[in-house]
Amino acid sequence: MTKVDKTKLERVVIRFAGDSGDGMQLTGDRFTAEAAVFGNDLATQPNFPAEIRAPQGTLPGVSSFQIQIADHDILTAGDRPHVLVAMNPAALKANVADLPRGGTVIVNTDEFTKRNLSKVGYTSNPLEDGSLSDLVVHAAPMSSLSVGAVEPAGLSRKDGERSKNMFALGLLSWMYNRPVSGIEDFLRTKFAKKPQVAEGNLLAFRAGWNYGETTETFATTYEIEKADLPAGTYRQISGNTALAYGLVAAQHLSGLELFLGTYPITPASDILHELTKHRRFGVTTFQAEDEIAAVGAAIGASLSGALGVTSTSGPGLALKSEAIGLAVMTEIPLVVVDVQRGGPSTGLPTKTEQADLLQALHGRNGESPVAVIAPSSPADCFDAAVEAARIAVTYRTPVLLLSDGAIANGSEPWRIPSVDAMTPIDPGFESAPTVSGVPFRPYARDRETLARPMAIPGTPGLEHRLGGIEKANGSGNISYEPANHDLMVRLRQAKIDGIDVPDALVDDPSGEAELLIVGWGSSYGPIGEACRRARRRGTKVAHLQIRHLNPLPKNLGDVLRSYRTVIAPEMNLGQLSSVLRARFLVDIQPVTKVQGLAFLADEILDAIDAALAGTLRGWEESKTTTALAEAEYRASTGCEEENA
Amino acid sequence: MTELISRVGVDLGLSATAFVPRADAPQKAKDFTSDQEVRWCPGCGDYVILAAIRNFLPELGLRRENMMFVSGIGCSSRFPYYLETYGLHSIHGRAPSIATGLAVMRPDLSVWVVTGDGDALSIGGNHLIHALRRNVNMNILLFNNRIYGLTKGQYSPTSEVGKVTKSTPMGSVDHPFNTMSLALGAEATFVARALDSDRKGLTEVLRQAAEHRGTSFVEIYQDCPIFNDGSFDVLRKDDAEQRVVPVRHGEPIVFGADGRKCVVRDGFGLRVADTDTVSPEDIVVHDAHSDDPEYAFALSRLSDQDLEHTIFGVFRAVRRPSYDDLVREQNDSARTGRAGDGKALQELLTGADTWTVSG
Repeated sequence: MTKVDKTKLERVVIRFAGDSGDGMQLTGDRFTAEAAVFGNDLATQPNFPAEIRAPQGTLPGVSSFQIQIADHDILTAGDRPHVLVAMNPAALKANVADLPRGGTVIVNTDEFTKRNLSKVGYTSNPLEDGSLSDLVVHAAPMSSLSVGAVEPAGLSRKDGERSKNMFALGLLSWMYNRPVSGIEDFLRTKFAKKPQVAEGNLLAFRAGWNYGETTETFATTYEIEKADLPAGTYRQISGNTALAYGLVAAQHLSGLELFLGTYPITPASDILHELTKHRRFGVTTFQAEDEIAAVGAAIGASLSGALGVTSTSGPGLALKSEAIGLAVMTEIPLVVVDVQRGGPSTGLPTKTEQADLLQALHGRNGESPVAVIAPSSPADCFDAAVEAARIAVTYRTPVLLLSDGAIANGSEPWRIPSVDAMTPIDPGFESAPTVSGVPFRPYARDRETLARPMAIPGTPGLEHRLGGIEKANGSGNISYEPANHDLMVRLRQAKIDGIDVPDALVDDPSGEAELLIVGWGSSYGPIGEACRRARRRGTKVAHLQIRHLNPLPKNLGDVLRSYRTVIAPEMNLGQLSSVLRARFLVDIQPVTKVQGLAFLADEILDAIDAALAGTLRGWEESKTTTALAEAEYRASTGCEEENA
Repeated sequence: MTELISRVGVDLGLSATAFVPRADAPQKAKDFTSDQEVRWCPGCGDYVILAAIRNFLPELGLRRENMMFVSGIGCSSRFPYYLETYGLHSIHGRAPSIATGLAVMRPDLSVWVVTGDGDALSIGGNHLIHALRRNVNMNILLFNNRIYGLTKGQYSPTSEVGKVTKSTPMGSVDHPFNTMSLALGAEATFVARALDSDRKGLTEVLRQAAEHRGTSFVEIYQDCPIFNDGSFDVLRKDDAEQRVVPVRHGEPIVFGADGRKCVVRDGFGLRVADTDTVSPEDIVVHDAHSDDPEYAFALSRLSDQDLEHTIFGVFRAVRRPSYDDLVREQNDSARTGRAGDGKALQELLTGADTWTVSG
């Protein structure tokens, strides 16, 4: 055994990539858990195909999981991986271009057969033809070593090959000096009914570890110290889990039963899967026959005195529009979770986008205002869910919660909040009147909040009828009076406009920035990271992440007007910037990206430079002209299909 | 899972309104009459149905604040406004889904859905069949006038082929739904039909519907005097007895003047025969409790869009655990012996793998 150096790193970005059946998400999850328990700061970003099992070994079938671990506070899963673990040629081909010069590739050589190479268009073996000469390549026959490793457990060759992801995990765990105490417990729990498989996976993991330690392939291992985060107890959490936990907490804080009506849809289904585990907390879940029934049942639950929630993604939100309008008209609490994905139509089910903002704000018939709130990171989904429930219950209104694929499936450390320190939510339902015979006035509004009183069925003496037809303010009787409709439209709008939201807080350490970057939702990480990079090299830049998209913070107009230049990066074609331009008459320049992928910090940094150089507008325009030129070129050459 | 499967067909032993609080004092029709002016067209069949229901509800002896009427969109869907209970006039076709949320969360409510042929069978067809298959505790009253009234006279999914309307000046070429067949196909546990003008028959069907735990589906033939006047006249006029076939559980199915017609088995189905040409033992004795849905389905096929032999009464009333009872049973078992308090929530949020950063 040779002596191996230990090198300290501040951070590393590792990407595990393989076939969608190779277990890369699981491998990434376990590596994340190790980093979390060790105390690193971390952020993760999975990327997987929409197909459950795309044809094996093909480019569309590649699934990957990226993690950044650091000894300091970080905001993203990293732009480019320093290390790529490629379990087959497809994984290498799909990801190798993202590596910087000098990056590390660890490949499973067993899969680099002639057949697999040609499947993805390699005419020669990249491991042998010198095409990876800019990179540090470690080649290991992971499949065959795994098969050998699991033999003592009496597993078949096939099962052995399936445990190659554990071999990779073991190898990486050794390379980065990770704690391994959790893996045994994890495998024994996961395969509780198949102890043989648990044993085999453990053997493969140890084989990977020992491969690093005993072969002379690796001269160095790396250490990443604990991160110096704010004091507290932490755990790792994904956005969808945090969101589900936030809803459970809202149940506890309000004392209302929580009812989730939903229909399975990527990437929101995990919220259902998580919530249904927690029925002991007053949670009921209902998998409806369609998106409309899902929101309908949630509305029924809210009317019954529960907290109705429905979760979906963009196509489902489109289907729920009319029902959300009913909740606007009847003024009842309703939380609508939209985990956004690439659109329109089916779009990119497993990829991220922020293109439902205008749908959330305006996608209903009539003047139909709702509160809109967008969490900025996986852990923030918890607070955003509690906040959404609080607004919904307090103001008797639907609240749209705009998460997206990036934060729903991404994860990060979460400082676990104290339940005792959370503020209760008061449903304030009406109780039975002491004097009988006075008709209940369901639209007699609270002077401060403009919220209407709610009497739930079972309350004697307050029997009343609600509905989607315009109501007379006060009595709630059907009213077609022109003046009443005008009044009610304005009151519903004023109620939403008057929701108490915190002022916009700008992050500008120098206090002298003339450039403001405005983002919303999940772009918090890359924008924040880009600002740090810009500041490190002396560029003054301010960052504002808008959490409340309706109503907007009351000081927002003043904030926007106080900067010479304002740019708004969004994963859409400029929806937030158009809202802010219309509202505040400030010349906000959009920075757009619609690739189904989150912004890289470097891309935002480029936008900062372009904005400061005055070339951002031209750059934005060039994105369209380039697309048009591309279409023109393809039409003229008859080459309609993109080259693989 | 196996435990659940073994429960299929098991009677949970619950009465229809087992958990709904009873009224302290006897009620009258006026106790269920709201202060809202009824605004259907003069002569609309909805008036007589409203009167029948207002008169029937006191019989249930339930607290009116524990009754919830949910409707969709259409003329019939104005119904909740006229009853002094809790009510919701919702959106087109979605009432069964809203009622499902109410029924699941509140076993102490008596939940009623009022809908029409367009609301329930066109735009809301999906929610209807899924409510029926789940067997959620609710009573669905479908007012079928075989026309779109509120939109001023287009054909509906129960309009007969050839129907000339504003949208089908050359006659409709849409094949209509047989409402009863549809409900039975969705494995509804309670399926019945009544005629608006037959107060006695309607009330009897409502009574049995209200006594049924699970989804009770009642179709009520009802006239639209403006856009489809007289569409059920053949079932009301002097020779109606040739067409009207009342069924009662346990009684032989005979009808017509002096019981001259009867229903007999015919291969896999049923047919109408002259009573004096068959032996009495061949006359079908109505069995609404038969687990086999094929019998009730065969009954539903005796009358088609031509209303030739129209069955009235309860086609089928069988017991099957209702969705919401099973959900609550699961909730109870998930909650029994397991705290759901703040301490338990703190444990959930904390999870198994944590690390501590000291300040």
